[in-house]
Amino acid sequence: MSLYDWAVAPFADFVFMRRALAATLALALGSAPLGVLLTLRRMSLVGDALAHAVLPGVAVGFLLAGLSLPALSLGGFIAGVVVVLGAAWVSRFTDLKEDASFAAGYLIALAVGVLLISSHGTQLDLLHILFGNILGVDRDGLVLVAGVASVTLLAMAVLYRAFLLESFDPGYLRSMSGAGGVYQVVFLLLVVANLVAAFQVMGTLMAVGLMMLPAVSARLWHAMLPAQLLNAAAQAVVAGYAGLLVSFHADLPSGPVIVMCSGALYAVSLLFAPQGWRGNRRRAAMPPL
Amino acid sequence: MTGLRLIPTREAAPAVQLDGVGVAYRGRTVLRDVTGGFAAGSLTAVVGPNGAGKSTLLKAIADLVPLAAGRVTRALPRHAMAYLAQQSSIERGFPLSVLDCVCLGFWPAARIWHRVSRAQREAACDALAAVGLGDVLDRPVGTLSAGQFQRMLFVRVQLQDARFILLDEPFNAVDAATTEALLRTVADWHAEGRTVVAVLHDHAQVRQWFPQTLLLAHAPVAWGPTAEVLCDENLRHVGQLADAWHDRAA
Repeated sequence: MSLYDWAVAPFADFVFMRRALAATLALALGSAPLGVLLTLRRMSLVGDALAHAVLPGVAVGFLLAGLSLPALSLGGFIAGVVVVLGAAWVSRFTDLKEDASFAAGYLIALAVGVLLISSHGTQLDLLHILFGNILGVDRDGLVLVAGVASVTLLAMAVLYRAFLLESFDPGYLRSMSGAGGVYQVVFLLLVVANLVAAFQVMGTLMAVGLMMLPAVSARLWHAMLPAQLLNAAAQAVVAGYAGLLVSFHADLPSGPVIVMCSGALYAVSLLFAPQGWRGNRRRAAMPPL
Repeated sequence: MTGLRLIPTREAAPAVQLDGVGVAYRGRTVLRDVTGGFAAGSLTAVVGPNGAGKSTLLKAIADLVPLAAGRVTRALPRHAMAYLAQQSSIERGFPLSVLDCVCLGFWPAARIWHRVSRAQREAACDALAAVGLGDVLDRPVGTLSAGQFQRMLFVRVQLQDARFILLDEPFNAVDAATTEALLRTVADWHAEGRTVVAVLHDHAQVRQWFPQTLLLAHAPVAWGPTAEVLCDENLRHVGQLADAWHDRAA
């Protein structure tokens, strides 16, 4: 089997693979940079929680309309927004911190979602929704993913300074601009939109993988934010492409394979990146000044 | 009452006026009955025991916490105020260069989408060079020492060109030489007619550099010229108040 047969032919021969590739690349470009900003705010687990929170909404969409993309997406988006607002309310009006309230919210949401789907759909439906199905990306799905990625990149370009300041020194931003809290909500809405867009390819359980793993690895490579954002997107693109190929040849679900590929890049980063194990060892070995 | 009465010039309109301000966190009152004004161009230290509501007072002035009672009247628009939080509330390891960080001070001028102009960038470089940070412009902020970090944040306040400056424990974890340099900067701001309010702990420092003092123990104990406020009697009274407060909380 030539390299062409292995690495290019699946996309040249099959429309569904081309669609899946386009969708994965669009997702990678939009969601990995968002992931970097999430890790900077020490909100890595919030992405995870939101990804699970989307599930009951998807399930309700599924109950009402079957495997219809607009219904599943809309349901997922609404559920995500409810959890964002709910967690904000809980952390503001009770003694629970934000991470605890997110954790509680997503566990409940996950349980409700799995129950809803398993009581009204088949095992296969549940598997597709939880772990993704590249066969499932149709034209509408592609438009949704591309639209979300475009909006995300545009919003990041326009609101970059606000997102940056909101993570770095939120008190300063809020003292100068009354809209500080608005940026936080817009940011979390973008996260939810990306997770919803990701679930057809990645599944709701795996959607957050393409967002967080490249982001975490990218922070090990660069000291400055712009480089980290680019690196995260690049790693997500590589993982998405490699993951689709492996998933195709080995006949495995696409979501977990793509996340495994991100995981492999993460392992490499941990070992060899400047801020990883080897970089730290080299710095420790330097003679004191 | 036939002759003209001269209005004393010192009674200028306050830059910020507080009327019966109270703030509560989760049902516990942190600040109450704060009434008074910060005159335009005044330089005031806020002192008091730990947990006396000093930081909360600054946040109330900067409109960062909801008020449980009273009101704050500001003579200036929001972007004419600079608020410098305690270092602990700022993400020190953020992947941001020193130059980019101080350029955030141009927010009121550049707003959210305008680019920072070449002239602004040069002004930022000059201001950093003036405080001895000229050769770390491109370094990540996380590589700075605590003293350098605070000098950088002071440059950011300076570039913001704010008329009203709030500093929350600005000299914590900062060495003596840097503290001295930063205090000179504060004195310069005062000389330029800016209003400055700083939360501080070191009474000697306050006596030397700050003409006005607000002594706070949840409510103002004394507010006025530093020499009168920081007398033994007031300080003893504050100590007793703080003890009583903690006993009640326990």
